[in-house]
Amino acid sequence: MKTSSSRRSALVKLGGLLAGVLALPVARQVKAAVQQVLVTTPAPNGYDPTQHKWLMCVDANKCIGCGLCAESCKRENGVPEGPYFRTWIERYVIPKPAPGSGQTRGEVQVDSPDGGIHGFPELSLPKDQIEFSFFVPKLCNLCANPPCVQVCPVGATFRAPDGAVLIDPKYCIGCAFCVQACPYGSRFLNPVTKTAEKCTLCYHRITRGLKPACVEICPAEARLFGDMNHLPADDPLQKFYEKNRVEVLKPHLGTEPRVLYAGLDKEVR
Amino acid sequence: MLGEMTNIVVEALPQVEGYVFPNETIPHPLWSTLIVVYPYITGLVAGAFIMASLVRVFKVKALEPVYRLSMLTALAFLLCATLPLLCHLGHPERCYEIMMTPHLTSPMAVFGFVYAWYLMAVLLLELWFDFRLDFVHWAKITPGLQGTLYRALTLGVTDVSASSVGLDMKMGRILSIVGIPSAFLLHGYVGFIFGSIKANPWWGNVLMPIMFILSAIVSGIALCVFVYQFLTWLRRQTVDMNCLDAMAMFLFYALVVDAVVEGLDVLHRGFAAEEGFAVMQTMIREKLFYTLNVGQITLGTLLPLLMLGSLQLLRRRVPEAARRTMIFFSGALILLGVLCMRWNVVMGGQFFSKSLRGVMSYKMEFAGQEGWLVSAIIMCLPVVILTILVKLFLSERLPVTEPPLPGHSKP
Repeated sequence: MKTSSSRRSALVKLGGLLAGVLALPVARQVKAAVQQVLVTTPAPNGYDPTQHKWLMCVDANKCIGCGLCAESCKRENGVPEGPYFRTWIERYVIPKPAPGSGQTRGEVQVDSPDGGIHGFPELSLPKDQIEFSFFVPKLCNLCANPPCVQVCPVGATFRAPDGAVLIDPKYCIGCAFCVQACPYGSRFLNPVTKTAEKCTLCYHRITRGLKPACVEICPAEARLFGDMNHLPADDPLQKFYEKNRVEVLKPHLGTEPRVLYAGLDKEVR
Repeated sequence: MLGEMTNIVVEALPQVEGYVFPNETIPHPLWSTLIVVYPYITGLVAGAFIMASLVRVFKVKALEPVYRLSMLTALAFLLCATLPLLCHLGHPERCYEIMMTPHLTSPMAVFGFVYAWYLMAVLLLELWFDFRLDFVHWAKITPGLQGTLYRALTLGVTDVSASSVGLDMKMGRILSIVGIPSAFLLHGYVGFIFGSIKANPWWGNVLMPIMFILSAIVSGIALCVFVYQFLTWLRRQTVDMNCLDAMAMFLFYALVVDAVVEGLDVLHRGFAAEEGFAVMQTMIREKLFYTLNVGQITLGTLLPLLMLGSLQLLRRRVPEAARRTMIFFSGALILLGVLCMRWNVVMGGQFFSKSLRGVMSYKMEFAGQEGWLVSAIIMCLPVVILTILVKLFLSERLPVTEPPLPGHSKP
């Protein structure tokens, strides 16, 4: 009796394990199918996110701070007026050190008036007191480990297989947890829709073969964008990361951004 | 319409010092007074429950007079615990999605389940087992609607035999044992909501859930002290000094542990002095000076520690009236101090930019969605509910039924 009972329980356990292993891929398929049905994205029908891998690169050396990218982004995506930005430009001014201070540079000054949309005012420091200055365009960092996705209580924000981190506005409950969790200040609560919002890489454009509005309009080619799965050999993106030593913002947080920068400084966060 | 609205928004921008990310220059903090009230209420629930379990699980006889009061206090506050979250949402009508399609890596989603478990499986069930015998008796002696209510609350189980009552007590004890980790989980998760945000150096801290649990225990016991003394004063009864002294003792030791852990946190931050330490110093010295140094540390921790500590040493020499006063004020000060702690955590994390280059000053709104008024109303609501619960279940007119003599089934 004892033997048959233990045998039966062993068989049951084994069967359960087998069923579990078999159920795993089925469950994944079901989950993927359900996600495809439920998730709302601005992509056209027929767009297959598994066939693309988007990458954004920013060459801070080239940015002239004209603000066209930030303005075109607002217009393209209907971003409300006021302190709401999917992308913006920061200006870093590094003054010369005070004589005898023993420092290599003075205290950095950073500004981004109205996100840089209208350009930047004249510098308050005389030119001869400035060591150097530069502009840094900022946007969603398309993290491979996005903290915003991790904390969303309803799964309204998610990372698409093509690398874009998106928000389903019909699902978002507006708790702002993701805004708090984003280390880059890239998210905001839209005051009109009361849902979270951020750069989508102009998902409605890139899924139709176009480039994001900010990339399209940049006169200095400081922003480069492409699909790593279908990148021509002579693409500027290819040249960019072949030529430059690239870095990401706040690497110590382990978010693994897919927005790569060249020409940053230690002061940029 | 849109233009008009955004103009208003632009006019109400906060004062900014240094550089803050453009998206952070919003007129009001994202998480305002409602999110301060939310962990405060949840903490009071967890603390009041732990206080009650001292009687149930650890058999602290001296605390028996406040057992039922603390359980009802926990229930009153638990019923309101999700209200601040709900009012804060941009789309409260979608709140059910947290339970329907939860995203299980999110502390906020899991909180929904922990809350439901704690309310349904622990607190309500334990209260039912505690009160069932009384419900049966009260249903017989109370006329009218109130009697019908007691009858309904028996859920049809009117067996008052010794074995049945013994089972009630056994179940109550089991639930109480399950309830302690549940209460820790409930409030630990609230702490994790903040502790899990690595983007914010003020919040992202492994000690955060532990600090939240400890401060919850402290605030819960303080609330029970406060409510018990207030109720006896209201009913012109005499305070059971044995019980009050025991509460004061537990309050003191809980406060010591809490203060030590929070002190450790400050020491560690100071010693590690990681990125963002400079901005934290600004917070402590300027932005949170009154709520942290005065409210949380001096009034909410040191002063009660001094009063309660001296009572532990000199209990016999302090006259009863003075002891009552000292314990009452300690409780009230701790309640204030823990509220300040919640404020310092929640608001402190939003007074500086994630660029770590600047700080923001907000003008807190009064009547808006996240204004003072809504928070104040939500804070008053548990008190109103507790008043009703006390009138219904701790009424002086209704005798508490002594359980039948110990039988073989009594634990």
